[in-house]
Amino acid sequence: MVTWKPDPSFYPSPRMAMKAAPETLAYVVAFDPTRAVPDELAVVDVDPRSATYSQIVTSLPMPNVGDELHHFGWNACSSCLCPNAPHPHAERRYLVVPGLKSSRIHIIDTKPDGRRPSLFKVIEPGEVAERAGYSRPHTVHCGPEGIYVAALGNAEGKGPGGILLMDHETFEVRGQWEMDRGPQQLSYDVWWHLGHDTLVTSEWGTPDTFENGLIPEVLLGAKYGRRLHFWDLHKRKHLQTIDFGDKYQLVFELRPAHDPTKAYGFVNCVVSLEDLSSSIWVWHRDGTQWAVTKVIDIPAEPADPDLLPPMLKGFSAVPPLVTDIDLSMDDRFLYVSCWGTGDLHQYDVSDPFKPKLTGKVRIGGIVSRASHSGAKNGALNGGPQMVEISRDGRRIYFTNSLYGAIDEQFYPDGISGWMVKLDAEPDGGIAFDEKFFVEWPKSHRPHQVRLQGGDCSSDSYCYP
Amino acid sequence: MNEIWPWILLAGLGAFHGLNPAMGWLFAVALGVHRQSSAAVVQAVPAIAVGHAVSIALVAGVLVAAGLFVDQDRVRAAAGAGLIGWAVWHHFVGHGRRVRIGMRTGLAGLALWSFLMATAHGAGLMILPALIPLCLADSPLREMGGDESAAIAIAAVGVHTLAMLAVTSLVALAVYRWIGLEILRSAWLNVDLVWTLVLLGTGCVLLIV
Repeated sequence: MVTWKPDPSFYPSPRMAMKAAPETLAYVVAFDPTRAVPDELAVVDVDPRSATYSQIVTSLPMPNVGDELHHFGWNACSSCLCPNAPHPHAERRYLVVPGLKSSRIHIIDTKPDGRRPSLFKVIEPGEVAERAGYSRPHTVHCGPEGIYVAALGNAEGKGPGGILLMDHETFEVRGQWEMDRGPQQLSYDVWWHLGHDTLVTSEWGTPDTFENGLIPEVLLGAKYGRRLHFWDLHKRKHLQTIDFGDKYQLVFELRPAHDPTKAYGFVNCVVSLEDLSSSIWVWHRDGTQWAVTKVIDIPAEPADPDLLPPMLKGFSAVPPLVTDIDLSMDDRFLYVSCWGTGDLHQYDVSDPFKPKLTGKVRIGGIVSRASHSGAKNGALNGGPQMVEISRDGRRIYFTNSLYGAIDEQFYPDGISGWMVKLDAEPDGGIAFDEKFFVEWPKSHRPHQVRLQGGDCSSDSYCYP
Repeated sequence: MNEIWPWILLAGLGAFHGLNPAMGWLFAVALGVHRQSSAAVVQAVPAIAVGHAVSIALVAGVLVAAGLFVDQDRVRAAAGAGLIGWAVWHHFVGHGRRVRIGMRTGLAGLALWSFLMATAHGAGLMILPALIPLCLADSPLREMGGDESAAIAIAAVGVHTLAMLAVTSLVALAVYRWIGLEILRSAWLNVDLVWTLVLLGTGCVLLIV
């Protein structure tokens, strides 16, 4: 892995990363909900000039069954150019792909041929548990001290969950990241403001409360995650908790501003127990402390109970279920996945406190079942879920499966996987690329998308 | 003592250290672009140089102390072996070690960061071939005297640090003002690899000569 020049996919600043050449490949993890065949990493051709555009060109199966591949990330990224922890001659080459159910971490080599990745190494759950005391690895980010992996459970599958550190070259599990956890118990997403030496984490639940699906009593009892935790990134010390209150459940995806001088970010709350709405919040500085402000409310839509899954019949409404968000590299547009209603929203967040809705498409949805011109079968199920933006902000990709056990709670007929792409106008406005519709093989459901060379949720920067 | 080459070597290595982005000029530029102030760049560089100088001085101090009691040849052999060991460590393990100082650090933190970076990289060890002939002219040192040797060591650290300071300042200001950070993508050669080779080469020279 010795190179003479920095990896060409590393950029000092988000401004420069926006000038990167368009991606030609997307990597998508897909799992088998029946746990009969191995989960796989699919390589999707996203080069419009290619004969195999919008097709899966390779599928790399994992060595075991039942991993539930979920979120994943690169071993190295643009933060390798940071001045206080420089290691610029690492290569962005390996995908770190955890199994959320199995706690197994797969290291996949994308070289020499990006279209044909290969399995490089498997870290067994025992090693993760023994070295770091964690299980259920979830979010993966490359950062100042190596690879950070958020884990949802401890070695016994209970709380606290937290973050484990891995070496970005040897993939050795180096141990638990936290030195002073404070009151933090639940874990979900992790990200940071490199320019402000601050790490942020969000919460879901302990494995017993999500592995077999959402538990209505836990949800209605407001016992799922609803707090943000702010940490000293270098001292690894808990600094502050912000509780969203017992009305708000599932405060999930963290999308800090890419510009390292800006000290704010967006987080989605999946559901309000009061009216099933979803909301987007901004965390920001308030004097020496952090604070949150709600900036977007997306209401539930009234619906015929006959068309709703058992869990929602009593409410006569479709919740938007905002399960993922993503922020463009210039911090201008926020994309919001409404997995329940089937909408994907684009907001102009140039002023993060005053978002403006600038675009909207609908596909799938619990009731609407909206179709796509590329789909053969008409009505689609599932809804916009893991969303990923190209570095230049012009192309948006998303898939439709959330999580094996939860998919069926909201889409009882199961989910037929698909992946679509939107084209975005430079000043706002989105539309489907009619030529891009990936009908997923029935054996698997697609989840997170990563773009070759990086995307808007895989890199962080030290220079504005 | 009358030879000029150890002084040239000290200054040259100072310039080499100053050129390495990981030794500090990049941190100075980052602070400048964060705070949108060239004053931040100008203030950062001396703090970085001080941390570097303390690390170098530590090695020079140990050398002078060792020279008081041990024969020069043995000091040279031990230093050579130490350097080769450091090169191997640096190549295989050094990458995994991070100095945990953040982007919002003050000048004292910056000096500490620079000290730790220089020490972990073995910056002081690298200048031993220049220091040994200067500081251990008579071996063992009892004839020359520890005081004189210490004074030469301080001068040597000064020359090295001034060269480092000059190059770091020049590069930091040039990148901040005119060149821009795009240069990192094209011109950040793997100085770490060169560094390891220099450590290794220096160790071998000390053992052979």
